Amino acid sequence: MRRQLLPAILMMIVLTLVLGIGYPLLITGIAQVGFAEKANGSLIKVDGKAVGSKLLGQTFTKAKYFHGRPSAAGAAATGSDATDPDHPNKTVPNDPKDLTQDISSGSNLGPTNPAFLALVKQRVKDYRKQNGLAAGVKIPVDAVTASGSGLDPEISVANARLQAPRVAKVRGVPVARVLALVDGNTHDASLGFLGAKGVNVLELNVALDRLK
Amino acid sequence: MTVAAWLQFAVLVLLIGVSIPLLGGYMAKVFGEEQKAPGDRFFLPIERAVYRVCRVDPEREQRWTVYAFSVLAFSLVGVLVLYVMQRVQTVLPLNPTHAPKVPEALSWNTAVSFVTNTNWQSYFPETTVSHFTQMAGLAVQNFVSPAVGLAVAIALIRGLTRRRAATIGNFWVDLTRSIVRIFLPLAIVGAIVFLAFGVVQNFHGFEVIRTLEGRTQVIPGGPSASQEIIKMLGTNGGGFWNANSAHPLSNPSGLSNIVQIYLLSVIGFSLTWTYGKMVGDKKQGFVLLAVMVIIWVTVAGLGTLFELNGNPKVAALGVDQSVTAAQPGGNYEGKEIRFGTPASALFAGATTGTSTGAVDSMHDSYTPLGGMMPLIHMKFGEVSPGGVGSGLSGILVLALLSVFIAGLMVGRTPEYLGKKIQATEVKLVVLYTIAMPFAVLVGTGIAIVTPSVLHVSIFNPGPHGFTEVLYAFTSAANNNGSAFAGITANTQFMNIALGFAMLIGRFVLIVPTLAIAGALARKDRVPASAGTFPTNTPLFAGLLLGVTVIVAGLTFFPALALGPIVEQLGI
Repeated sequence: MRRQLLPAILMMIVLTLVLGIGYPLLITGIAQVGFAEKANGSLIKVDGKAVGSKLLGQTFTKAKYFHGRPSAAGAAATGSDATDPDHPNKTVPNDPKDLTQDISSGSNLGPTNPAFLALVKQRVKDYRKQNGLAAGVKIPVDAVTASGSGLDPEISVANARLQAPRVAKVRGVPVARVLALVDGNTHDASLGFLGAKGVNVLELNVALDRLK
Repeated sequence: MTVAAWLQFAVLVLLIGVSIPLLGGYMAKVFGEEQKAPGDRFFLPIERAVYRVCRVDPEREQRWTVYAFSVLAFSLVGVLVLYVMQRVQTVLPLNPTHAPKVPEALSWNTAVSFVTNTNWQSYFPETTVSHFTQMAGLAVQNFVSPAVGLAVAIALIRGLTRRRAATIGNFWVDLTRSIVRIFLPLAIVGAIVFLAFGVVQNFHGFEVIRTLEGRTQVIPGGPSASQEIIKMLGTNGGGFWNANSAHPLSNPSGLSNIVQIYLLSVIGFSLTWTYGKMVGDKKQGFVLLAVMVIIWVTVAGLGTLFELNGNPKVAALGVDQSVTAAQPGGNYEGKEIRFGTPASALFAGATTGTSTGAVDSMHDSYTPLGGMMPLIHMKFGEVSPGGVGSGLSGILVLALLSVFIAGLMVGRTPEYLGKKIQATEVKLVVLYTIAMPFAVLVGTGIAIVTPSVLHVSIFNPGPHGFTEVLYAFTSAANNNGSAFAGITANTQFMNIALGFAMLIGRFVLIVPTLAIAGALARKDRVPASAGTFPTNTPLFAGLLLGVTVIVAGLTFFPALALGPIVEQLGI
């Protein structure tokens, strides 16, 4: 084995230089020249200032905005649940110094875990209350379940349509106009059949703010 | 399933199907016994330069022992480099997020994990490792660990095809050629495709912006696209984001998701073609491919159905899980809108049939039976189609076991491709076959009586918690890397125990594989006679499928009964 150690070491050095330094630098060069906007996070700007990324979900709690899906982002990195099971919709002001708050994470709650079921039950109740829905109305599953990344930028069309009357009421605009915006910010599945259709929450809310 | 879901599945199968002869044929030329291969004028000078710098004589072939020592030496150096890099990343460049020094047990776990092609993430990529550690450490192993697996599989094929030969190739040549001619060119093209999808590629740290509601939000950065492509192509599966391929900056759309599934599957399936070409009988390759496809379709299909059925306990709370034009539907905890349930479950099936372990949805939140499918897929030994190289080696070993069992039934010395399978080979086959279940079952057994596992690691209560531990050891010992990720694996015990499970799953399989290659290469080929059991027929495919399923079933049914099956019965 000792005779093979020298080529092993030399090979590791050569490959690290080529694959670990040269290759990513080449790709970064191509990225920054040819795909700069996407390679830097697909930022959405309002009045020249970035307000988020098209690809990253962000927290919305105000009634005038559409709300994204529940999220467990940050839970893993901070070691605690981002949402308090007792008050899933109580939001804690973000600590600007805590950069782990947006670390991607699913909840990883199991399907039969009582804590998970309690959380869903509470979310259903809160969702109905926020949107003025009757007790019998079934809630779209994405509205009461956390996404895999905790950063899902989208909600389902069904979820958006149920929120539209609330948003329209708070903003004092006709529901039809809000629903038209929902349609305008709905992304079909890639090529029409790969993946699923969804509404980009940040793009929709930016468009809402532009309504005069 | 909807029409779109079927169409999506059909397109994936078509893409892989078209690629198999192209890529498989190309790989056969790269590693074949003929002197010439496509692209020699471009690639040969690069390879010669590498050999010169690394003091390798490409003409000098190795016996299996030397080949194995080369693999071990290269892997040992890999573990050491990766361990040290994590321990000193604070003084290395490109650490904009100020990631601190990685603790000992975690560094060990991560180093072993990436060298063994497992890519288990005990660490949190966004906060634990610097960009430098990602690109110059982890991503380098993303290239070389599948190259090692590929080299071993090629050496095994040579053992089957050569007659009265002492050597099975040169590891350094196989390693170099696989990187120069296969992984690096495909990675460069693929990375550019990923850039077009919207995967990030920069050297930023955490950029803080102000959201519409006036909150702060962190926009993470880093060289992600260059790593993402090789993470999939090399059946690695680990890397840049805690949520892995569920992260929108890693997997931005339904299209990128299907491309990722394609990339992680394509080399494994194509190698059956390479194999058929190299042994001079394409039907031999088709038999292996047929078995792989049957297992793959069954597991992925059932998983999709279970997940589309949703969670009855959630339905009872007034939640609509139906699939309609206005919502994707299914069991949606841990899944992303843009992928939908069918493609999420398909990803889960594909990632566990290979040694990839990337996830685009959280397996821990799957329904009991939906989550059991990826678990079972790994327990078959990851042969459908398996990790780069390791999958082909695995199914060839199972083929040897199958001809042995067939030989016992009719009372003849078994043969495979004209090579007599005798006591030496059978002992090695058995060693190979029991190593993984040993690591899984003994590891799980010890873990579930360890206080730190019971009090810290397990996240979900009841049988689901047991499944988390079982899944962790199954994933580690199969070098998969996916997880029932609620489990807290970053504890002293789990980091060290899973590290050993990964080592067993890698090297206690590679060394017998090479020993079998060496033993077979020495033998002459006996001409086929009336008593020879042909191994290129549907009958043999059936036997091989049966052996694969029965070995795994007998070994793991009791453990599965305690986990997902009990949980399902309780719903």
